[in-house]
Amino acid sequence: MAKKPIGPIRRDFAPWDDPQARPYIEFRNVTKKFGDFTAVDNLSLKIHEREFFALLGGSGCGKTTMMRMLAGFETPNAGEIFLDGQNLAGVPPHRRPVNMMFQSYALFPHMSVEANVAFGLKQEGMPRAEIAGRVEEMLSLVKLQDFAKRKPHQLSGGQRQRVALARSLAKKPKVLLLDEPLGALDRKLREETQFELTDLQQDLGMTFVIVTHDQEEAMTMADRIAVMDKGRIVQIATPSEIYEVPNSRFVADFIGDINLMECKVVARNGEMTKLHAPLFDCAIEVAQSVEAGIGETVWFAIRPEKVRISFDEPEGPANRLTGEVWDIGYLGDVSIYHTHIAEEETVRATVANRSRVVERPMSWEDKVWLSWDRDAGVVLTR
Amino acid sequence: MTSVDRTSVATTAAGSDIPRPPRRRRSAGGWLLIALPYAWLIVFFLAPFFIVFKISLSEIAVAIPPYLPTIDLAEGWSNVVDAVGAFSLENYIWLTQDDLYWKSYLSSVKIAATSTLITLIIGYPIAYGMARAPREWRATLLMLVILPFWTSFLIRVYAWIGILKNEGLLNQALLWIGVIDQPLTILNTNIAVYIGIVYSYLPFLVLPLYANLEKLDISLLEAAGDLGCPPWRTFWTITVPLSMPGIIAGCFLVFIPAVGEFVIPDLLGGSDTLMIGKTLWTEFFTNRDWPVSSAVAVILLLILVVPIVLFQNQQQKAMEKSQ
Repeated sequence: MAKKPIGPIRRDFAPWDDPQARPYIEFRNVTKKFGDFTAVDNLSLKIHEREFFALLGGSGCGKTTMMRMLAGFETPNAGEIFLDGQNLAGVPPHRRPVNMMFQSYALFPHMSVEANVAFGLKQEGMPRAEIAGRVEEMLSLVKLQDFAKRKPHQLSGGQRQRVALARSLAKKPKVLLLDEPLGALDRKLREETQFELTDLQQDLGMTFVIVTHDQEEAMTMADRIAVMDKGRIVQIATPSEIYEVPNSRFVADFIGDINLMECKVVARNGEMTKLHAPLFDCAIEVAQSVEAGIGETVWFAIRPEKVRISFDEPEGPANRLTGEVWDIGYLGDVSIYHTHIAEEETVRATVANRSRVVERPMSWEDKVWLSWDRDAGVVLTR
Repeated sequence: MTSVDRTSVATTAAGSDIPRPPRRRRSAGGWLLIALPYAWLIVFFLAPFFIVFKISLSEIAVAIPPYLPTIDLAEGWSNVVDAVGAFSLENYIWLTQDDLYWKSYLSSVKIAATSTLITLIIGYPIAYGMARAPREWRATLLMLVILPFWTSFLIRVYAWIGILKNEGLLNQALLWIGVIDQPLTILNTNIAVYIGIVYSYLPFLVLPLYANLEKLDISLLEAAGDLGCPPWRTFWTITVPLSMPGIIAGCFLVFIPAVGEFVIPDLLGGSDTLMIGKTLWTEFFTNRDWPVSSAVAVILLLILVVPIVLFQNQQQKAMEKSQ
């Protein structure tokens, strides 16, 4: 999993932890319905200035509706949206200081690249000479100076994406909205563009709000991620928190790969909790205090890369399982071992392929031991 | 086909390097498919046109048919040669000498152009409204546009007499409301002709325009708004330019038949309504001058064909330029 590179500028950037900080964009109890379908359900959200914020979720979770309400294309049925202290209710899209990069790019097919980028500036009534300068600046920013006279249909997908980006940046908006900006690009180009976008956002000092269904995209670029499901926000946190400390089974399952085990709480001792997973017949010890009484059902979640797999029996009475290798997924950099425990259940463990030749490789139907540390997994109560 | 290095082709900007698709042999069915429309054009357009053109080069005569020379292939090749030798451009010269003809042409083009413009002004909002209507309504609205075709064209134009005449529905309604205190004289004027043409040809403009506007990507309008363009300006800078193919197609479908229109000016127009269709009718049926009326028809065709060809050339160039 690609992690966001933490540069020197961003290390201390966490305005969301400061209760005094004034949010730049604020959704207050916003609800949006389409007929009987509730797209956004009584949702509140704060986004800070210069933040790179991602709305992440599956299709139909309401993330695009959130963005369209911010841009002014949809009107909330209830609640209010504020931008820099101003209530946006009743402000039409063309008067909002936000610009959007559309998923389809929505480039004007009858205009050249140049005219597309200049379009927003012309609406402002910017003088001709100044427009020419800004267009050149934007096109060199996205490295398309040589394509100024082309029409959109004469460009490749990646080039169109850049034109769309240049066009939405040209007016230097307070907030840039990106709707699945990299969806139509192939993998290599997508990875490149992810880092370019992050750099651009830091250089320009703008607030970016991105809508995506691609968790990797959100993890790589965003300062914070809001995971959405059925019109509600399930968790808002930094990428590493979302990954390492998910607050629910939904988030744990949505982001990355995870093993979930249903457990009963056996004992609670301060920062130490003992669980028992009946289906695996496994005693689990977790270095985490849990808000659940003895005997209650909770879920133990552990990422495959935090599970050790070996032929030798691990020490200690807890946090260990034994089973049979059922399936091996070789991905080049890592291999995923699907291990059958007690016939029915499967636990996945990922092993980095550090050397090219292994003396005694694990194979199908080998008896193996799985184990993990006390702080490797998390206990989820919902 | 020689093997072409695709990667080098892809990186070359020049269009001339694009490899040609392999030439495929056409099957017999393929040839038939192409031959059918050509056969249709030859039998129903080109052959009648040459007959009309031949008559236009003939001379009026008191005979059956009422022109000379006639070609009778039974009398051998010399007859054909004699006939061709007797052809003259006299009828075309005549068209330039009597100012009735060029005035008719000019008036027809003017009436057709004005009606086309009015039809566009009325039809555009209708097509736009239909294209923006909820999806489940569109089929019904389309049906409503086509509905008038279920009644005879002639009867529908006749019905307008009842509406437009001095004691007709329109005048009665206006008098009753109190807008006017004297009935308006509309019937048998050019205004009635405009109303008739606009009414009759409206569907021909709405349908292609609707087909075009329905395909318009809404996100383009949203993008324009997002970039600070108010809705009315978005209409002029995005919607209208992108619907231009629909506008042009619709306008041609109205303009071309309207130029040669006969029924509408005859029924609704007055004695001073000058249109080439009426002139042609008078020449053919009243004067029984087949050669001159044929010449009128040939010139009318030229008047219509020239702008269409020019337009198509320009479209082709625009397409080549953009590729």
